[in-house]
Formats: sequence, C-alpha cells, structure tokens
Amino acid sequence: MAFTLYSLIQAAILCVNAVAVLHEERFLSKIGWGVDQSVGGFGDEPGIKVQLMTLVRSVRTVMRVPLIAVNSVCIVLLLLFG
Amino acid sequence: MDYTATQSGFRQQPNMRLRNTSVDGPGDSQLFEDTSGAASGAQAGYSNQPAVPQAAGFPAQSILSDPMSNLAMAYGSSLASQGREMVDKNLDRFIPISKLKYYFAVDTVYVGKKLGLLVFPYMHENWEVSYQQDTPVAPRFDVNAPDLYIPAMGFITYVLVAGLALGTQNKFSPELLGVQASSALVWLIMEVLAVLLSLYLVTVNTDLTTIDLLAFSGYKYVGMIIGVVAGLMFGRPAYYLSLLWCCVAIFVFMIRTLRLKLLSEAAAEGRLVRGTRNQLRMYLTMSIAAAQPIFMYWLTYHLIR
Repeated sequence: MAFTLYSLIQAAILCVNAVAVLHEERFLSKIGWGVDQSVGGFGDEPGIKVQLMTLVRSVRTVMRVPLIAVNSVCIVLLLLFG
Repeated sequence: MDYTATQSGFRQQPNMRLRNTSVDGPGDSQLFEDTSGAASGAQAGYSNQPAVPQAAGFPAQSILSDPMSNLAMAYGSSLASQGREMVDKNLDRFIPISKLKYYFAVDTVYVGKKLGLLVFPYMHENWEVSYQQDTPVAPRFDVNAPDLYIPAMGFITYVLVAGLALGTQNKFSPELLGVQASSALVWLIMEVLAVLLSLYLVTVNTDLTTIDLLAFSGYKYVGMIIGVVAGLMFGRPAYYLSLLWCCVAIFVFMIRTLRLKLLSEAAAEGRLVRGTRNQLRMYLTMSIAAAQPIFMYWLTYHLIR
C-alpha cells in the first residue's frame, strides 16, 4: 500500500490517455455513445449516460494537445530513469 | 524549530512566525548585521591567524559604517520584498489564498464543539450553515461550517500516531513516515476526485466547493486517531470498539451534513419524495457517507497488529 504522489500522477496520465484514445466515428457511435446521440430532451436533468458522454467528449477535446506534451515528458523520463 | 510530536508544539509555530513578521523593519537590518558581522569575523579570524582580535572586530564595524554596503542592504531588502510580492501574486492564481483563509478562521471553542460533534453527533439539532448576506459565516461563528484546521491537524497527527504505532511493532524508520503521509494523501485526493466525479454525473446543483469536500473528507482522521490511540493503549478489542463507535458517528455526521447540501429542500426535511432523481441523490449521499468508515478501517488496520 505504498502509494506515492508519483504513482497517482502516473495513474491519472494513463486514465486520461485511455479516454483520449476513444475514437468518435469508429467506436463511440457504434456503441451509442456518439456526440449526435447526446443532444437529448430539454428536460432539466440530462441523465448519467449523457453526462458521461459529455465528459468523454470534453476530455478528448481539451486534453489532446497537452497530452502530447505530457506523454513526451513521461517517455523521456522513463527512458532516462527507468 | 520545534519538532515535538504534539499538536500544541505545532500550534506554537504560527505564533512565532507572526511575532517575527511584526518586528519587520528594524529587526531585518539587525539580523543582517549580526549574521554578516559574525560570519566574516569568523572567516577573518580563521584566515588571518596572527591578527585575530583586530580582524574580528574590524569587518563588523566597516560593514556598519560603509555607505556602499548600506546601499546594498537597502537594495537587497527592497528586492526581497519585491520578490515576495511577485510570489504572492502568482501563488494567488493557483491556490486561492483568500478563500483558504476563511477555512482557517477558527477558535478554540469551535474546535472543541466540532470535535464533540464528530464523535457524538446524535444530540445536535440544527445542521444548517448560517449565511450572512449571501456569504457563509466564518467557522468561528457557526459550528456547522466546514473548516480545514481540523482536517489538517488530524492528518499530521495521524501520520505521527502511525509512526508511533509502527514503532511499537518494531517496524519504524523515518522514511516510513513519508510513505504513510503520501499514501494517506493519495487516498484523500482520490476520494475527493471520486466524489467530484459522482457529483458531476448526477448533476447536483450544490454550493459545495472542492475545498468543502476536502474538509469533509478530512474529518475522518479524528476517528482514525481515536481508534489507533485506543488500540495502542488498551489492545485490539479497544481498537475495534472505538473504531466502530467513530465509524458510526462519522456516518451519521456525514449523512446529516450532506443531506442539507445535496438533496432538494423537501427531501432534506425528511419527507419522502418520490422520483428517481431524489433517489439517486440519496444513494449518492449514503455512498459518500459509507466510504468514510471503509477508508477509516483501510488506513488503520495495519497499524494495530
């Protein structure tokens, strides 16, 4: 149970990478999680599935470019220090 | 500095720091003169063996009276204050210091009452946070307001008590304190992130900020400390009993506090309101409250063997 902050950062990077890799056309639309299927009713609460889809879409939009930098830094660090 | 392993020892440090900053103006120049005079005097004394007494006295006097060094000292202190301003301004962008100050505006009476509430929340009647013109009242004036003082002190005390408990098992080493601290911090961060994620998914319109959630998640350290100390003093049955009592108390405390913030008005008053949305919010409240005893047991069971 020897967690460190560094392992938390590593886990966070891996999770964000996993979300960023989900492709819109090839995968998300096929399982019904695409962008076009999230504009639901105009009721007051969107529901959990729509919130999840919005979260996935916003993570992919926001984190794509910073992830390039973060992943490069992580790769260099792992190559240098193992 | 004072490295005593008690809470009062830690509490004395902010007072010392306050006293130092209040004697700022003449005190700074006094410090500069003392250390530079002593250091250069000592160096001069070591390097010039035959002229020791005069060399020791002479550099101190020249530093005092030389106008160039006066100018340098004034420039240096103005540079230091400029640097401090810049650090403050930039730090305020990342960590909202003014908002944090609200959470530390506590006094002894509040801390005593809050600790009593955390251990025995069954008699307390009114759990609402009182507001003052749309801003919540400081914790000093309202026992229901969340604060960060108790969680911070609780975290540090937990790390120290964990070190003590590991010492009784002959497993102590100084690195282990750091490992315990970072483990507990990681679990805390993950818990706060999980709660934030679930609040986002259930679309609860609440005025709970991230720091509020951090404060509520930090209240469980009080119960953990009580359990571990009871286990150290009286053995394993006492540990289990006191941990059970504190777990139930924290469970009730969290439900009663979060009920007012997460549920709608009608459901918070206890009336049964049907509808999937309120049911989902009730489940969310109960799962947040149920996660506390789980963490309390998870983070302390390896300390009492």
